[in-house]
Amino acid sequence: MDHAVYIAWAYAGAAVFIAGLSGWVVWQARRVAGRLKALEDRGVRRRSAGSAP
Amino acid sequence: MTAAAAARKPNWFSRLAHPGRFLAWSRPVVAPLAALTAIVFAVGLWFAFFNSPEDYQMGDMVRVMYIHVPNAWLSQFVYATMTAAALGTLVWRHPLADVAGKAAAPLGAAFTALALYTGALWGRPTWGTFWEWDGRMTSTLVLLLIYLGIIALWRAFDDQLRAGRIVAIVTLVGALNIPVIKFSVDWWNTLHQPASVFTAEGPKLAPSILTPLMVMMAAFTLLFATLQIVSMRTEILRRRAETMARQAAAGEGG
Amino acid sequence: MTAFRALILRDLKLSLRVGGEALTLVLFFVMIGVIVPFAIGPDKALLARLAPGIVWIAAFLSMLLGLDRLFRADDEDGSLLLFRHAAIPLEAIVAAKVIAHWLLTALPLIVATPVLAILLAMDWDGWWRAVLSLLLGTPALVAFGALGAALTVSLRRGGLLAPVLILPLCIPVLIFGVGAIGAVGAGPAMLFLAAISLVVAAFAPFAAALALRAAAD
Repeated sequence: MDHAVYIAWAYAGAAVFIAGLSGWVVWQARRVAGRLKALEDRGVRRRSAGSAP
Repeated sequence: MTAAAAARKPNWFSRLAHPGRFLAWSRPVVAPLAALTAIVFAVGLWFAFFNSPEDYQMGDMVRVMYIHVPNAWLSQFVYATMTAAALGTLVWRHPLADVAGKAAAPLGAAFTALALYTGALWGRPTWGTFWEWDGRMTSTLVLLLIYLGIIALWRAFDDQLRAGRIVAIVTLVGALNIPVIKFSVDWWNTLHQPASVFTAEGPKLAPSILTPLMVMMAAFTLLFATLQIVSMRTEILRRRAETMARQAAAGEGG
Repeated sequence: MTAFRALILRDLKLSLRVGGEALTLVLFFVMIGVIVPFAIGPDKALLARLAPGIVWIAAFLSMLLGLDRLFRADDEDGSLLLFRHAAIPLEAIVAAKVIAHWLLTALPLIVATPVLAILLAMDWDGWWRAVLSLLLGTPALVAFGALGAALTVSLRRGGLLAPVLILPLCIPVLIFGVGAIGAVGAGPAMLFLAAISLVVAAFAPFAAALALRAAAD
């Protein structure tokens, strides 16, 4: 029985999945950072913005 | 927990716990942690393919175990993290607790799904089918359903702070129930399957298998840690952005 | 008359005055017994073998259907606010509502099981075991249902979320409930079922009250 196929599917699937998961996490981070930057560029300030971020 | 409260008790825990401070110390940590994760994965892959003999019971398929076992373990470990976060939300009103719980949920679901996927691939040549309603896989499937329900619950609320408390209750109830579910599923399984010829449980692992397995465990755990920190940062910043947007709208609306 | 009893009677009266709700649930329950043979064929041996599972799935789905109404009406007319500041603790109020809900939803179902037993070719022995297992297990379902309803009471579009949340938690109830009807392992299953019902019925009011308070803040 050729197990190589299953092993390949397992590792390939895991790699794709992990890449997708990490990509999603990074994409979410970039989106929020972009949103924050847009707000700050518009001049909106946090009420407690005295302290460093 | 306000800055004043943190100042009153400036121990290391509250220093780390304040959202602003969390953002500060976590920022330089992410990149090195990600790099370390990648390195450990590389080492693990090398061990899995080039430095690990075939298991005398499973043969080549033991290499699938190197992915399946860490993910199965993580599916439970992440839920334990969420349970701790739930306690932090309800009992101590820790400001970061619900952020941690919210960040962990999709990650836990992902690892659980990957455990099921690799478990099915392991099962096909071993049992003949992709899915066998054995105790462990079934309990893992139920755990995935619990994760997905919790994620749906987070998304159903507009007020994320209120959501945090509700989700914390669900998480704790789930934590108490998971042992009961496992017990009942095992009972159900023995009832419906006359003495199995095969053990659906993973085989006992020989020592030579242990090294690649431990390395892959470490790799996946580091992956979780990295993604968890990034997700927590994202959530804190997202809430900040929402507050700012609301302030701006209130100011402009007049 | 204690406040506790008054609450139970209030819920009962309200529901009976609106009328039809218990009957609708029973109708749904029976209909599942009707449509399953359409789905799997009229083979009596097969139906009899599957009957315990079908009865429990029917009961389970019917209970899930009915759980939203547990707190929805009180939330909409402001009664929940009053409950939170009532003389008796919120946990007791929830317990009273759970009892009333069981009387309104589970009891009619149990009374209707003979119909299902006939449709699904169950024998007498199986039928009374089904009644007993439903008696022992439905309290757990109602208690979990109350918890799900309390958790989602503040959600407008809660919809299917409460059933989805509590379904995994109810799996042990389903497993032991069906097991208690079957021929093998019925005794232990009944005991486990009773144990689960006791524990869940005892703790659910506390968790549900916590959820109601969290939802209102």
